[in-house]
Amino acid sequence: MDALATLTSTLLGTLRDVLPIAAIIFGFQFLVLKRIPPRLPRILAGFAWVVVGLTLFLVGLEWALFPLGKLMAAQLTDPAFIGAGATAAVDWRDYGWVYAFAFLVGFSTTIAEPSLIAVAIKAAEVSGGAVNPWGLRIAVALGVAVGITLGCYRIVVGDPIHWYIIAGYVVVVAQTTLAPRLIVPLAYDSGGVTTSTVTVPLVAALGLGLAQSVPGRNPLIDGFGLIAFASLFPIMAVMAYAWCAEQWGHWQRRRRAGDEPS
Amino acid sequence: MKSFVLRLLAAMIGSLRDLAPILLVVLFFQVAVLGQPIEHVGRLTVGVGCVVAGLTFFIVGLEQGLFPVGENMAYEFARKGSVLWLLVFAFALGFGTTVAEPALIAVAAEAAAVAAEGGLIEAGEQARNSYAQGLRLTVALSVGLAIVIGVLRILKGWPIHWIIIGGYVGVVVMTCFAPDEIIGIAYDSGGVTTSTITVPLVTALGVGLASSIRGRNPMVDGFGLIAFASLTPMIFVMGYGMLI
Repeated sequence: MDALATLTSTLLGTLRDVLPIAAIIFGFQFLVLKRIPPRLPRILAGFAWVVVGLTLFLVGLEWALFPLGKLMAAQLTDPAFIGAGATAAVDWRDYGWVYAFAFLVGFSTTIAEPSLIAVAIKAAEVSGGAVNPWGLRIAVALGVAVGITLGCYRIVVGDPIHWYIIAGYVVVVAQTTLAPRLIVPLAYDSGGVTTSTVTVPLVAALGLGLAQSVPGRNPLIDGFGLIAFASLFPIMAVMAYAWCAEQWGHWQRRRRAGDEPS
Repeated sequence: MKSFVLRLLAAMIGSLRDLAPILLVVLFFQVAVLGQPIEHVGRLTVGVGCVVAGLTFFIVGLEQGLFPVGENMAYEFARKGSVLWLLVFAFALGFGTTVAEPALIAVAAEAAAVAAEGGLIEAGEQARNSYAQGLRLTVALSVGLAIVIGVLRILKGWPIHWIIIGGYVGVVVMTCFAPDEIIGIAYDSGGVTTSTITVPLVTALGVGLASSIRGRNPMVDGFGLIAFASLTPMIFVMGYGMLI
C-alpha cells in the first residue's frame, strides 16, 4: 500500500513537471508555428516513455538507495563514529571516511545522472564521434567527486565559501584560454547538468549531516555550498581532459612523424 | 518491433552498467566501513530493478520524444525567421520549466528559513512564504532571461567565454555586497535549477538552432544554454537577498 502511494505521488509529481513543458512546446507548435510536427504519435509515445521512465527511476531511488545513502551520510558524520571529542578542536584529518564517501558518492551518482547521459549522447552525435561519451562522463564524474570532497573539507574547516568559488573561476578562465575551442561551450554546460535527480538528495544529506555534527557549524548556513562545488569542478575537469587528449594527439602525431622521416 | 526490443535491451544493459558504481559504493560502505548487515534485501532488489527499468525507458523516450521535439522546434523557428517569437519561446521555456521545479521549491523554502534565522525578514510563517515565493519567481525569471541571452548568442555568434566571464564577474561583485547568510544558498541555486527534462530539451534546441543557421557550428555555438541557466540564478538570488 505504501509502495503504491509512493508510486502515484511520484507519477503525479513527474506529470506536473512535464505538463508545463508540454503545454509550452505544443502551444507554440500549434499557435505560433501552425504546423503539426512530423511523426507526432511517435513523439507523444516518446514523452510517455520519459514520464514512465522518470517515475520508475525516482520511485526506485526513493525506495532503495536514498534511505540507505542518507542514513549512511548521517552515520559517517556522527561524532561517535568519527571519534573526535566534542570539546576538542576540530581536526580535519579525523574525517577521512567522510571524504572517501563524498568522493565515491560524487563519482558514482554522476555516472548514473540521466541529464548527463543525455548531453553526452548529444555531444557525441554533434561532434561526429570526436567527443567520446564515456570520456566526457568520466571526466565530469571525477570533477564532481573532487568538488564534493573539497566542499566537505570546507565545511569541516569552516572557510568562507566565496574564496573557493572565486579561485575556481580564476582557474576556469585560465583554462578557457588553453583548452581546444570546440570543447569550451560543452565544458561550461557540463557544470550545470551534473547536479539533478540522483546527486542532489544524497549530497544535500551529506552536507547537512556534516554541518550538524562538526562543532561550531550552523547547518542552515554551512550546510550549503556542496552543489556549487559540484557544478564548478566538472568545468575544469572537462577542459583539462580535452587539453590532455589534444596534447596526447599532438604527441602521437609528432612521434609518428619522427618514425617515418620523409 | 524486433529492433525496438533490441534497442530496449541494449539500453537496459547500459543502465545496469551506469548504476553499478553507485550500488557498489553503498554496499561497500554499509558492510565494510560501518560494519552493518544489509537489511531489506527484497526491497533493495525491487528498488534497483525499478531504477534500471526507469533509466532505460527514459533513454528510449529521450531519443524518441525530447530530442526530436527540441530540434524540430529549432528548425521551424529558423525557417519561420521570426526572432521575436523565438525569444518569447526561449523565455517561456526557461521560466515555465523552472518555476515548478521541485528542487527549486525546496531550496526556496530553505533560503526563507535562513533569511528568518539571519534576521533579514520577520520570523512569521507568512513572511517566510512570501519570501520563498518571491525567490522562486526571481530564479525562474533569471533562467528565462538566461535562455533568451543564450539563444541571442547563437543567432549572433557571440563567443561564449566573454559572456561567461562577464557572469563570473557579476557573481563576484554581488558576493561582495550580498548578506553573508544568503551566499551559500545562492551559489547552490545555480546547480539545482536545471531538471532532467529541461536539460535534453534545451540542449536539443541549442544544437538544432546552431545547425540550421548558416555559419554556426553546432559544437561551438549549440552548447552553452545550460551554462547560462546555471549562472544567472546565482546573481539574481544574491540580488534578491540584498533587496529584501
